[in-house]
Amino acid sequence: MLKIENLHANVEDKKILKGINLQVNAGEVHAIMGPNGSGKSTLANVLSGRDGYTVTEGNILFENDSILELDPEERAWAGIFLAFQYPVEIPGVNNVYLLKAAVNAIRENRGEPPLDAVEFLALVKEKMKLVKMKEDLLNRSVNEGFSGGEKKRNEIFQMAVLEPKLGILDETDSGLDIDALKIVSEGVNHLRSDDRAFILVTHYQRLLDYIKPDFVHVLSDGKIIKSGGPELALELEDKGYDWVKDEAQAA
Amino acid sequence: MAAKSENVEELVRKDYEHGFTTEIDADTVPPGLNEDVITFISKKKEEPEWLLEWRLKAYRHWLTMEDPTWAHLDIEHIDYQAISYYSAPKSKEDGPKSLDEVDPKLLETYEKLGIPLQEQKMLAGVAVDAVFDSVSVATTFKGKLKEAGVIFCSFSEAVKDYPDLVKKYLGSVVPTADNFFAALNSAVFTDGSFCYIPKGVRCPMELSTYFRINASNTGQFERTLIVADEGSHVSYLEGCTAPMRDENQLHAAVVELVALDDAEIKYSTVQNWYPGDENGVGGIYNFVTKRGDCRGKNSKISWTQVETGSAITWKYPSCLLKGDNSVGEFYSVAVTNNHQQADTGTKMIHIGKNTKSTIISKGISAKQAQNAYRGLVKISKHADNARNYTQCDSLLMGDKCGAHTFPYIEAKNSTATVEHEATTSKIGDDQLFYCRQRGIKEEDAVNMIVNGFCKEVFKELPMEFAVEAQKLLGITLEGAVG
Amino acid sequence: MSNNTEHYLADHERLQDKLEKNWLSEKRLSALSGFEQNGFPNTRQENWKYTDVRAIARGDFTATSDAEVSISHEEIANIRFNDLDCYELTFVNGKFRHDLSQLEGLPEGVIVCDLAEAIEKYENLVSANMTNEAESNVSSFTALNTAFVQHGAFIYLPKKVVLEKPINLLYLAKDQETNFAAHPRNVIVMESQSSAVVIESYIGLDDSQYFTNAVSDLSLAAAARLDHYKVQQESMNSYHIGYLKAQQHKDSYLESHSISLGGAIVRNDIHSQLDAAGAEIVMNGLYMTSGKQHVDNHTRVDHLKPHTLSTENYRGVLNDRSRAVFNGKVIVHKDAQKIEAHQNNANLLLSDDAEIDTKPELEIYADDVKCSHGATVGQLDKDMLFYLRSRAIDEDTARSLLTFAFAEEVISKIKLAPIRHRLEYLVVGQLPDADLIREFTNE
Repeated sequence: MLKIENLHANVEDKKILKGINLQVNAGEVHAIMGPNGSGKSTLANVLSGRDGYTVTEGNILFENDSILELDPEERAWAGIFLAFQYPVEIPGVNNVYLLKAAVNAIRENRGEPPLDAVEFLALVKEKMKLVKMKEDLLNRSVNEGFSGGEKKRNEIFQMAVLEPKLGILDETDSGLDIDALKIVSEGVNHLRSDDRAFILVTHYQRLLDYIKPDFVHVLSDGKIIKSGGPELALELEDKGYDWVKDEAQAA
Repeated sequence: MAAKSENVEELVRKDYEHGFTTEIDADTVPPGLNEDVITFISKKKEEPEWLLEWRLKAYRHWLTMEDPTWAHLDIEHIDYQAISYYSAPKSKEDGPKSLDEVDPKLLETYEKLGIPLQEQKMLAGVAVDAVFDSVSVATTFKGKLKEAGVIFCSFSEAVKDYPDLVKKYLGSVVPTADNFFAALNSAVFTDGSFCYIPKGVRCPMELSTYFRINASNTGQFERTLIVADEGSHVSYLEGCTAPMRDENQLHAAVVELVALDDAEIKYSTVQNWYPGDENGVGGIYNFVTKRGDCRGKNSKISWTQVETGSAITWKYPSCLLKGDNSVGEFYSVAVTNNHQQADTGTKMIHIGKNTKSTIISKGISAKQAQNAYRGLVKISKHADNARNYTQCDSLLMGDKCGAHTFPYIEAKNSTATVEHEATTSKIGDDQLFYCRQRGIKEEDAVNMIVNGFCKEVFKELPMEFAVEAQKLLGITLEGAVG
Repeated sequence: MSNNTEHYLADHERLQDKLEKNWLSEKRLSALSGFEQNGFPNTRQENWKYTDVRAIARGDFTATSDAEVSISHEEIANIRFNDLDCYELTFVNGKFRHDLSQLEGLPEGVIVCDLAEAIEKYENLVSANMTNEAESNVSSFTALNTAFVQHGAFIYLPKKVVLEKPINLLYLAKDQETNFAAHPRNVIVMESQSSAVVIESYIGLDDSQYFTNAVSDLSLAAAARLDHYKVQQESMNSYHIGYLKAQQHKDSYLESHSISLGGAIVRNDIHSQLDAAGAEIVMNGLYMTSGKQHVDNHTRVDHLKPHTLSTENYRGVLNDRSRAVFNGKVIVHKDAQKIEAHQNNANLLLSDDAEIDTKPELEIYADDVKCSHGATVGQLDKDMLFYLRSRAIDEDTARSLLTFAFAEEVISKIKLAPIRHRLEYLVVGQLPDADLIREFTNE
């Protein structure tokens, strides 16, 4: 589904990603871990096409086509969803309205007719249960006045409604208490399926107790320096990141 | 980001939707202004002697005044002798008695504008007075209003049918010598709307006026006077359009509102005069004096305006809060794109005790446009417990535009509470990216964010107007971000 | 226009006779003709809309009196900042007094002297750093100052020099019926990476009527830092016009604290030009007025280049029949992106006869900016008052305490403890129940 080839990317002339290779197949869950400043969030942002990040080398293929030239919305139409580390507040714009506009934009690009109000509401109601969203949050301005946990839940809720092919969760666990973490994880687990893939970007192993990854990658100084199964995450939790770095340096 | 520039330009060049002219026979005086022209207008309208005198007095004072230059505007010199001060569509001697007699071309014009002029469309509950160039063309729903005791007619009719009311209130809020453009208007105004709501009456429907400048080289100088007697209530809507023309046209209106004890007037404007082309050629000069007088206790006047049109807007709808416990409100969205300039805001003059005012102003500038908020909040010595809250926010789109804020606060009473807050920022990159990541096109995302920015003002507008306002905003800003 | 310029022209002729001809003579004359042309500002000018200076124009103040004024060291000791170890330049009625100054121990290369001396010795430095009074937004008072320029402080800090001890400029007024005008001019030149603290104190020692027309020219080279204090305690019958102009280069930092307590008619102008990336100004101000005082504070910041910062916080406490004016202007010039500018003005009206006119302004010609301003006029918080009273504090004390707390917001930002303490003392002194409050606020 996703193939990252020798990806190099800069932020304001500063090299952040220095040659990333990664293949993600449908149905798989990949965890990307690493110390602060290793480039985790940059990777998430580059994948979704955020301004201010320049790809200097390499390629990103999504379903065999390069997406480097695509605008963020075009990537979203293709089925890439980013759950933001810091969900943005948009005063005056209704949460539900944003969602409806998004659903219908994506449907339009798939050649599907727009959902009418009744169909849309049914869809929303169903998905809300998934993340135990309070109904009053629906009619508030996007993320405005939401608590940290509510914002993250809102991200997963949006993902559930938009049903992407690839979900990228950028530090979704940061700032969540254990109950909120459980709810968010249940939401994600529910969305796991054979034709959908996830990339979990996280600093802590904690999230992976609830969402079992198929693969774990360690990112350090813009490169993946070690890959393994779920047991790698536990090892990292135990021993920290330094030993992986040392190992990589020795090699 | 390399936006698809051809696409953007195409959108920017999108035609001014209302830019058609109507070919009809017009009865127009040659350009120029002198006492003869004023006498001609007065005679043409069969006005009483006192009104002619009133006009001439205003004119003589106007001659002693100078164009104001304090606004943050770049105005080309206006040759007041090059303007024609009267243009009436030719019609039958006695004027139309019903819609059937109105020039069908006119009706067609209004239909293009989407004005629900015809009776069958009146189910929406809107009574319309339509002013075309200088003359009021038709007022709908007269019967139903008459039943309620509400007077709603053209200004010329009011002069003939209700001279006492007109004489009592005309110029009582905006005196002839108030300012340069008000003086000019007082001398040459040709028509407008008059509205009187009797004691205790809640006007059964929204009242509405549509203004359109059609003939070239003409100015439009209408005069609106609304009097809400004790305990009455009225909601009044005003919309404006003009055809595309290469030269600038002058619109200098005066609106006077009077609210007596316990009365309430809500005045909403959607201003969509022709803004000129993308090079700043043509467009309306919109120099308007609007003032409401909360004369009675517990009275309330609320201004809501959405200003998307005009090459230059110079306009400060204000409230004199004379009555104790009276309330003044000003909600404004001003959008400027390309070479448009706006210098707009309000004055809240607190005179009575326990008076309250709220000002919410949202300015949006794109391309090379300049947008200024100018406001005065004045707490007089005896205005105990006066309260004001002001918020004015500016949104910038493009590195060549300007947003300016000039709030004046003058407080002479120690029990006053005045709060002013203002912010200026660029349209948020983070917000745009968030929307786009959710699959929403950039243009739509901009629209969505801008509408969210203006929401506090839009919610003050009557439903149909709010929808129109949102659409206008979208049209005005299309292609503004690239 | 009522313009008493003739008096000043005649006074200037007397000055010319006294002074030797030098490189400044011509500059003085051209400034005088500029002043003659424009006359005193009037209320039809937007910048002077709320401040009428006709009383100053009518005052016939003279800058050329020869009267000798005697001041003892004790008198000065009383008004000094306690425990403040500083260099000191003292001026009495506008004239430099070497006998009352203290300049020992200045580090190598640092110059601190009377401007008259600097005019002779450092022509280039002085002439290059004096504000051009012909600039459009400079008032004719500045021209008048230049026409009479003679004394004041000249301060020069060489590259990388960090001056530990503050420099205190003491401007004392003690009139002996001369109706004097003082036109002090302070020229402060900071080379790159230098750092200094300068205090301008204007103090009236009696209640005489006089006119101070001060101008300070500040020039901050790259990464220079200046902490500037202005403490204005002129006599309640005097007039004070002050203009401060700062030219700020890359990464320079200016912190300005302006405290206005005295004067009958007072006008303070601060104008900073942020001329290169990283330049920053912080403006902190407090005005407390009573009686029939009129105090006007105008500030203007020009963000000329990207990545420049300004923050402003001014507060006013108005009593009796006094009137205060605040006008803060932030101009973000074309292409000056990535600007942050924040401005706040809060006012407390303690009397029904007091008046505040405030006008925070933003003029923005760039788009990537974060600017905000706020202004409030109000009274003491009723809930807080109630809370204190429910804790057994009588209403007057509670009011004074909350008023003090309001002013303290500004004073607490002053880092130099001796100055902060002195100001706290002065502010408290203006409140009823001063002794009681001192107990509450003792540090």
